[in-house]
This record gives sequence, structure tokens and C-alpha cells, in this order.
Amino acid sequence: MTDVLDPPAVAEHHEEHHEDHGPTGILKWLTSTDHKVIGMSYTVTSVVMLIIGGSFAELIRAQLSTPNNSLVSLAQYNELFTMHGSVMIYLFMGPFAFGALANIIVPIQIGAPDMAFPRLNALSYWLYLTGSITMLSGFFVAGGAANFGWVAYAPLSNSVNTPGAGADLWIGGLLLTGFSAIFTGVNLTATIFYLRAPGMTMFRMPIFTWNLLITAILILLAFPVLTAGLIMLYCDRHFGTHIFSVAGGGVPVLWQNIFWFWGHPEVYILALPVFGMVTEIIAVFSRKPVFGYKGMIFATITIGALSLGVWAHHMFTTGTVLLPFFSIMSLLIAVPTGIKMFNWIGTMWRGEVWFSTAMLMALGFLFTFLVGGITGIYLASPPLDFFTHDTYFVVAHFHSVVMALLMGAMGALYYWGPKITGYLLNEKIGKAQFWFLFLGTQVFTFPMYILGLWGMPRRVGIYPNHPGWQDLNDVATVGAIMIGISTALFLINIMYSWKKYPAGDNPWDGHTLEWFTTSPPPHHNFYRLPQIRSERPTWDYNHPGHSAAAHGHAAEALIEKEPVQP
Amino acid sequence: MMVVYWFWSHENAGSVMMFCGMLLCFLPGSYYYFWSRRMKPRSEDDPHATQASGAGVVGTFPGTSIWPFTLGMGAFFVVLALVFGIWLLVPGLGLVFWALIGGTAEGRRGGHH
Repeated sequence: MTDVLDPPAVAEHHEEHHEDHGPTGILKWLTSTDHKVIGMSYTVTSVVMLIIGGSFAELIRAQLSTPNNSLVSLAQYNELFTMHGSVMIYLFMGPFAFGALANIIVPIQIGAPDMAFPRLNALSYWLYLTGSITMLSGFFVAGGAANFGWVAYAPLSNSVNTPGAGADLWIGGLLLTGFSAIFTGVNLTATIFYLRAPGMTMFRMPIFTWNLLITAILILLAFPVLTAGLIMLYCDRHFGTHIFSVAGGGVPVLWQNIFWFWGHPEVYILALPVFGMVTEIIAVFSRKPVFGYKGMIFATITIGALSLGVWAHHMFTTGTVLLPFFSIMSLLIAVPTGIKMFNWIGTMWRGEVWFSTAMLMALGFLFTFLVGGITGIYLASPPLDFFTHDTYFVVAHFHSVVMALLMGAMGALYYWGPKITGYLLNEKIGKAQFWFLFLGTQVFTFPMYILGLWGMPRRVGIYPNHPGWQDLNDVATVGAIMIGISTALFLINIMYSWKKYPAGDNPWDGHTLEWFTTSPPPHHNFYRLPQIRSERPTWDYNHPGHSAAAHGHAAEALIEKEPVQP
Repeated sequence: MMVVYWFWSHENAGSVMMFCGMLLCFLPGSYYYFWSRRMKPRSEDDPHATQASGAGVVGTFPGTSIWPFTLGMGAFFVVLALVFGIWLLVPGLGLVFWALIGGTAEGRRGGHH
């Protein structure tokens, strides 16, 4: 074991402190417990999942380009949209949000040498990887992959309606990734509570770290419910229990209650980390501290708390839920989210905004998330939801939200990538990627809003040839192709910029502790640490004169210089 | 929230899940409360702390370890046993126990550098 000394002591001895100890190559990947290596594994795996899930999406849009297309069979179409949703939610966005960048950045932001439980952290990754393989291997078994939608509603998901190994592999894969998420939640909570550097009080933690703390707590509350539900579903399928079947006295809608009790917090488990990424990007590229730092934190806590009381707004049309309660609670979430929106704008207000790729991605997030958020307010109202439920309006709303999250995530890769690898990505290709992604998203979602209002149902592989339906579907397909091009540009950028533009330790004039250490950071992260006196210690260190005024203590600073004479 | 929901809706599933969610909050919450009462004030919570005030051993971190991978593969086989047949439990549980024993022994020995 390596005893980790405090950072100043490491600074004194760092010549003797070997950088590269332990195995190399594949054995390093298999045995490493370094949070940066694990985080990198998470990042690469989740981007691979993004590409797999994205190629399913392209197939879906290709199928919908004409009304009675026979590109894929209807059974294959069911598998495609099920696995598209499952891969994107369970295997890409979730692990990317709380596994990939969180793993790498959170310990460095708080000045910790590693995660609190490094071996548990490694186990999280292996469960995530094996869970992904389990779920995707459904395509290679008789009967194909799971085909009951990513929500697996009972009784469609029982053994009569969906026999075969694909559905069981879906359940098994989710069990593994679910435990992976829970362990990550435990790890993040313990790390943030117990491994902060001296002076890094709770209210000096960067917003990204704060958001990950709330995310981790939400994971601990939500994921056990999903795991329990999946075990019940498995028992229904194989052991003859009738928890979700009417025939044996069970209640099918109970599955929806359990699923969405996890499912709605899950939306914020995906979103809060991205909110954190965007907050960091906007503050750094506006060269200002975060506007309303504490307001931002309380908004995050409020969103987290409210997210546990809104699950049944996904079930308005079941007729079994208390409409006013869930409508009010859902509408209330708009308040803290609105606070965040204004704080982001306030951070940019009169700042020196630098339109780098990361900043453009963050701005794309703001716009697209606003569209998704406002249509979400429509859907929180039961009468409107009755009208649009199970139409493309819901699909469009949801994709506005998650595509916004994808933009934030891409921005974070451009922002933190140089810290992780030591090399910048090409900005020109990055900006081209942004425009394809941003415009593609709007071209992709807006026709779907209209189609939804016209009544086109979701989850259908063929649709009636009503006037205008094919045209709008074709526009949406063009948008999907643009998004596909943007992802291709990202991969091209990585290959083109491979070890070409050395980043230096602090390419963006960053605020938080990760920009104080080297790029990439050494084993156990720091040779030395600055004094931590605010939520942006690296900025304070690099701009000694600025800090007092920038943190709203200008008056105190003045008084110190010129004491008031009586 | 839970109380309002119960008296307004009289719906079982949601009320039970909210109640259990509350208990889930208490579990780590009370644990952290217990430790925060027993701990001395820490320099990371002191707004005027200097870096030197945190001097000392922060914690003990394992260098590298194969056991998380072994345990992960064991869990993989256990889950595959749910799908393809109970015989897969043999390698699955085998790997899990091997990893648990190996990991515990590694922790006691002091692990790899």
C-alpha cells in the first residue's frame, strides 16, 4: 500500500515519489485503482456506448424516412428503440455523468489524492462494463434483444409476452450497472465528505463537486428501488410470482410506480452532473466567479429533493395517480431550474465571454435545455399530457432535454480533456462539431413536436401516410444525420489532434484546484496546493490582486487599505 | 411530503416508497452524524486553515489490485447464471469467493505497491 502524505509533505519528497509504479499495458488497465485510470476507462466505454446507441438512432430514423419502410422488420424495430433508449440512458449518459468525469475531476477539485475507496471504484467500473456487455449480448441470442421499451412496462415484460433470453439479459445487465451506480454513489459521498483539502469547506467546493454530491445521494435513494423492482420482475418471469400480473392478484401499474420512483430521480442523476459541468465552463469562459454560488447549491438541493416526489407525472394517463399532487410538484421543479438559468446568464453578464468550443457547447446546452424545460412545463399539466401522452411530443421534449445534456457533456470533454490527457483538441473542428450538433438537434426535435401535436404515436416503425407526416419525419431524419456527423467530427478531432497541441497546466485560466496541478495530474494528483480561501483557489493564486473585489468583498478590501478615520 | 401524499392520495405503493426513501436517508445520515460528533474539528472545515495544518497521513490507498476485476467477473457469471443456466453459478460464486478472500488478505497484508 502507498501511504499518502499530505500535499506539502509530498512536495518536499516528490523526487523520491515514483510516478510510474506497478504494471503497465493491459495489466495496468485490469488492476489499476487510480481514479484517473478508472475514470478514463469509464469515459472511453461510455463514448463507445454513445456511438452504439447513436447508430441505433440512425437506423430508427432511416426506417421512419418513409411511411411504410421495410428497412427493418417491426420486431427488429422494437428491439432497436428499446436498446437505443436503454444504451443511451443506462450505459451512456448515466455512467458518463457520474462515472467518467466525476471520477477524474471530483477528487482533484477538492484536493484529494484519490477516491475514498479505490478498490470499490474499480469494482464499479467492472460491473458497468460487464453489465453493458450483458445487455448488448441480447442481440446474439435466439429471439433477439429486449423489445419492451426501455421502461419494460408490465405486463408486456412478463414471460408470456416477452419470452427469451434477451429480456433476461436486459434485466441482468441492469442489475450489474445498478450496483455499479450504487457503489459509485457511496464512493463519491465518502470522498466529498472526508477527503477535502485543508480549508476546502463545504461552501468552497466547486459547483460541479456539489452537484455530484447531490447526485450521489440521489443514486443512493433511487437505484435500490430499481434493483428491487428488477428482482421482482425476474421472479415474475421465472419463479411464478404474480407481483405485476392481474391473473395472480398482482398489480401491473405497481411496476410503473417502482420504475418511475427510480426513473424520475434518474433524470436528475443524469442532469445535475451536466449542470455542474456547464456551471464550471460558463464561469471560466466568462472570467467571472459563479453568480449566486449559494443560490446555485440550494437550487440543486431543491431539485434533488423535489425529484423524489414527481415520479407519477409519467403515469398521468394510467388513471391511478393523484393528478394535482404530481402536477404541482412537477411544476415546482421549474423554480429551482429557473434560478439556475438566471444564475448562468448572470455569470455571463458583463463578463469577458470567450467563445471556445466548450463555451459554445455550454450555450447550446442553455438554449436546448430551455426548450426541453418549457415543453416539460406543458407536460406537467395533466390536461395537456392527456392530449400528448404517447405521441412524438413526449419524444421531442425528452430529446431536447437529453441532447442538451449531450452538448454539456461534449463541452466538458473539450474543457477537461486537456487536463486529463495533457493535449488540447482542435478548436476549428470542435466548432464545426458544435454547429452540426446544435443545429442538428433543433432540426431533429422541432418536427417531432409538430408531429406529436398532430397525433403521431411513438414507438411505431410504420405510420399512416397523412399529408405532411413524411415531410416532417424526413426533416427529423436530416437532423439525426447532422447529429451523426457531429459525433463523427468528434472522433476525427481526437485522431487529428492526437498529441498535437500541448495544453500546459492551465490553458483556460481556470478557477478550481484541478487547474493547479500538472496536465495530466501525477499519481495522487498534487505536488503542492495553494491556500484555499474561496471557491476558486487557483484563480486567487494566479490573480492575487483580483480576488477580494471579485468575491464581493471590495468594500472590506478598501477598508483594509484605507482605514476610516474617526 | 410523504405525509401530505398519504393523506391526500391514500395510495400504498408511493407512500411506502417515500417512507422507505426517508429511512434510506437516515441510514447514511445517522452514520455521518455519529462520526461527526466523535471527530475532532477538521482542518478541511476550518475556513482559515493553512495547507500545513492538514499535515499527516491522509489515508492508506492500495496501489494496484486484481481483486475488483475478479469480483466483477464473478458477478458477471452469477448474472449470466440467471439467464443461461444455474451451472454458471459454479464459476461465478467461485470467482466471487476467491476475490473476497484475496481482497481481504490483500488488505491485511498491505497490498501491492
